[in-house]
Amino acid sequence: MAETIALIDFGAGNLHSVHNALKATGASGVVVTSDPEVVAASDRIVLPGVGAFGACRDALAGIDGMITALEQRVRQEGAPFLGICVGMQLLADKGIEFGEHQGLGWIGGTVHAIEAPSADIKIPHMGWNDVTPTAGHDLLEAGEAYYLHGYHFDAADAADIFATTFHGRTLVSAIGRDNIVGVQFHPEKSQAYGLAFLKRFLEWKP
Amino acid sequence: MTVRIRVIPCLDVADGRVVKGVNFVDLKDAGDPVEQARAYDAAGADELCFLDIGASHENRDTIIDVVRRTAEVCFMPVTVGGGVRTADDARALLMAGADKVAVNSAAVSRPEVVSDIAGRFGSQCMVASIDARQVDEGRWEIFTHGGRTPTGIDALEHAVRMAELGAGELLVTSMDRDGTRDGYDLSLTRAIADAVSIPVVASGGVGNLDHMVEGVIKGGANAVLAASIFHFGQHSICEAHNALRAAGLPARHNS
Repeated sequence: MAETIALIDFGAGNLHSVHNALKATGASGVVVTSDPEVVAASDRIVLPGVGAFGACRDALAGIDGMITALEQRVRQEGAPFLGICVGMQLLADKGIEFGEHQGLGWIGGTVHAIEAPSADIKIPHMGWNDVTPTAGHDLLEAGEAYYLHGYHFDAADAADIFATTFHGRTLVSAIGRDNIVGVQFHPEKSQAYGLAFLKRFLEWKP
Repeated sequence: MTVRIRVIPCLDVADGRVVKGVNFVDLKDAGDPVEQARAYDAAGADELCFLDIGASHENRDTIIDVVRRTAEVCFMPVTVGGGVRTADDARALLMAGADKVAVNSAAVSRPEVVSDIAGRFGSQCMVASIDARQVDEGRWEIFTHGGRTPTGIDALEHAVRMAELGAGELLVTSMDRDGTRDGYDLSLTRAIADAVSIPVVASGGVGNLDHMVEGVIKGGANAVLAASIFHFGQHSICEAHNALRAAGLPARHNS
């Protein structure tokens, strides 16, 4: 029987694009859901997200039982988890964007505005840039992916960083631990590289 | 390396059909924006821009349907402009699969729409269109309605205001150069790029690959938008990337 992949619907703008990309990799068991029970029974979980940290956090926390279901299924039972863009940033302890907001706290760190070191470095970081793996990780291959963000994940422990990119300074491109991975880039908008990444996630056995 | 200079083909769409578009490949239905978008996705375009030039408010569903169908088969970033008047208009496009929305006339008459959109959906998706004509040496003015209507608003001041209100990118089109194939208005592009800390897309007037290179080196643009030189097969996306790289600029390697 095909695996169930829970794609969490909390109103994120890239929800349908991520759904389309997952389907394009051949995944048959993708369920778009805001039901914690579906999440609790799923084999893999994908958390999308674009826009402001606080708004995404509030929307996710606003679904009764969702964060508890995620904690249970991902952190205690070890289901493979992928967070994309703000869905990745939500893994942090907190985000500082229009005030300070609590994150899921699964990966130590804080989400801050990217500060441009010079006038020629434009913010948001917008466009194709490198994914440079920092250590061997099954999911991350060197390549070019599409980024679209003004805030970045400032990791507390460098060992959690799976890949970086460079825009005026080194920025975290992928982060995680054990069965959890989060990517700052948009695999759903990164053409062949992105679809290949999603396919690896769907086959990942952490 | 660093973030790549983006090469962005732009498709003009009216009532769900392409008005000015691809004929560099044989398409089953050359008027279908989705088929054209697929051709550019396959060609390795860094982003795609749909400009809804027929944008009457009664007909919003048409462009939303185009975006939805495009997002089902194309996995590249898409910006949609034309007729976006409110944050709800933006929301409908974003939920359909657009990554950014470009706001034009509405941002001139009601600049707070820019902060509305940026506040609700983030600056990263809020593109402000700056359609300008030169009115004096070193001075440009904002024009609306396809470049026909002067507003008296200084283009540079408007651009800075858009950035302050939360725009995450500026799409700077010289209405003097649009359609001429004489190259971008480099002074306009440079003046705006130097005045803001957000990315700038150069638009209007591309006739050859050198124009794109100049748009970045002399104009200070972070992305270059073009229509006819790609649509008619004069140059491919790959050739544009190669030209940028040959000039020492960061550009994507098409796989």
